[in-house]
Amino acid sequence: MGLQVLFFYLFAFIAVASAFMVIAARNPVYSVLFLILTFFNSAGLFLLTGAEFLAMILLVVYVGAVAVLFLFVVMMLDIDFAELRAGVLEYAPVGALIGLILAAELIIVVGGATFSPEIAKAVSMPIPAVTERTNTAALGDVLYTHYVYFFQIAGLVLLVAMIGAIVLTLRHRENIKRQNIPQQVARTPETAVEVVTVKPGQGI
Amino acid sequence: MDAFVSTYVWPAIIMVAQSLLLLVALLLFIAYILLADRKIWAAVQLRRGPNVVGPWGLFQSFADLLKFVFKEPVIPAGANKAIFLLAPLVSVTLALAAWAVIPLNAGWVIANINVGILFVFAISSLEVYGIIMGGWASNSKYPFLGALRSAAQMVSYEVSIGFVIVTVLLCVGSLNLTDIVNAQSTGIGTNLGLPASFLDWHWLALFPMFIVFFISALAETNRPPFDLPEAESELVAGFMVEYGSTPYMMFMLGEYAAICLMCALTTILFLGGWLPPVDVWFLNWVPGIIWFVLKASFVFFMFAMVKAFVPRYRYDQLMRLGWKVFLPISLAMVVITAFVLKLTGAA
Repeated sequence: MGLQVLFFYLFAFIAVASAFMVIAARNPVYSVLFLILTFFNSAGLFLLTGAEFLAMILLVVYVGAVAVLFLFVVMMLDIDFAELRAGVLEYAPVGALIGLILAAELIIVVGGATFSPEIAKAVSMPIPAVTERTNTAALGDVLYTHYVYFFQIAGLVLLVAMIGAIVLTLRHRENIKRQNIPQQVARTPETAVEVVTVKPGQGI
Repeated sequence: MDAFVSTYVWPAIIMVAQSLLLLVALLLFIAYILLADRKIWAAVQLRRGPNVVGPWGLFQSFADLLKFVFKEPVIPAGANKAIFLLAPLVSVTLALAAWAVIPLNAGWVIANINVGILFVFAISSLEVYGIIMGGWASNSKYPFLGALRSAAQMVSYEVSIGFVIVTVLLCVGSLNLTDIVNAQSTGIGTNLGLPASFLDWHWLALFPMFIVFFISALAETNRPPFDLPEAESELVAGFMVEYGSTPYMMFMLGEYAAICLMCALTTILFLGGWLPPVDVWFLNWVPGIIWFVLKASFVFFMFAMVKAFVPRYRYDQLMRLGWKVFLPISLAMVVITAFVLKLTGAA
């Protein structure tokens, strides 16, 4: 048990410290790299609680895809951070308010389960023991049987959002050469080549 | 104290010893894979390839290693020094870390975790960071363009690799790599009444996915014909332009470790891992590790032949192949596989 506690404090400390560095770093690329370190350590914390599927999905989705896009954008954009920081005091109250609301919500959720254990017992789908059901299968049981409609609706909302983003940014430019691959593949010598017999001295 | 030694110290020592053994074997394998790559390429072009160092050039990779290590590392003045040196380290560490869950034989695995395939998938999706960090930290135009290309390329092809893995997992019903191999001991061949053979492996049942996975693996590891991040005709050497000596060698090592990983993954997912091709006594007598290495080497031979045969893709065609061809095919195959499994009552 001692080793687990040691690793918990290691991961937790690095996660909190690098989360602080995300907002404290001057260079935005450093911020994203510290964000990745935070994700890694959160994945470590997930592993310690036995949520191996969530840990791996956190790595695949957030580190492997989302953070890559962040890094992409941050590297491409030439942001003047001195200018952005100029108004930091102006926005500080709003930021503090949002932070306070998030902290309160977390305390209600976590504290509710800790201080009144009967709430945790009232959960309709208790978490099965890791030894009898791997948590990938357990998550699948919940998502695809009891909550399948909500799950599908969530997928649909994401699909609509994706189509919306594409529609908003797609512009079909006229007057440029475009490659039509089926057309190229379907070409035959009959349609592509014209054989001309040229009489000497006359040209075509 | 005895309890502490038996619960923590001994397992730790055994695990370190196993890891070191795997690492040494892997690095030796990579040294000869590198040589094989050059020799195969040379043979296709009717050249001899490296043939000076050692008999038939067998020690060429070690000579290259010494050469790289003894050269002076040059860090450009405008580069971001910390990230510039971190990038090759990230690249090589990640590529080697994924090997912790790869089973080389029945029970020969350092960490037999439940979500093994997800771990490998996560690690292979992180390999893009070495390239992006290296390209950005070099603070120069060619590396930056190479990094941008590779980021888009690897994120695109991960999507189809993910769906291919999902089809395999549907057939297996487990995310554990050992279970995936064991599930291939029965399949199409045994259902037709034949003895266990190579017909049972997933490459036949999921043939289109095998092809999609192979091509996506080429793109994911930046192998030709998808080596646009380092296309020498347009970007000199892409994200590696500013690198030399040991950091460059680590990038190469990371790249080839990732290629070996993809070969091993193809072997596990589609070619039956350590299972012998036909269930005959003298083939069963051959240790599983030999079959595994032979199959992985065969996949690498295909990688090397593709490098020698196929001209480099244009960038827009690469994106078209990933998003407009592979994504619909793999998505359709997930649905078809699920339906077939449901209707035949296999799942």
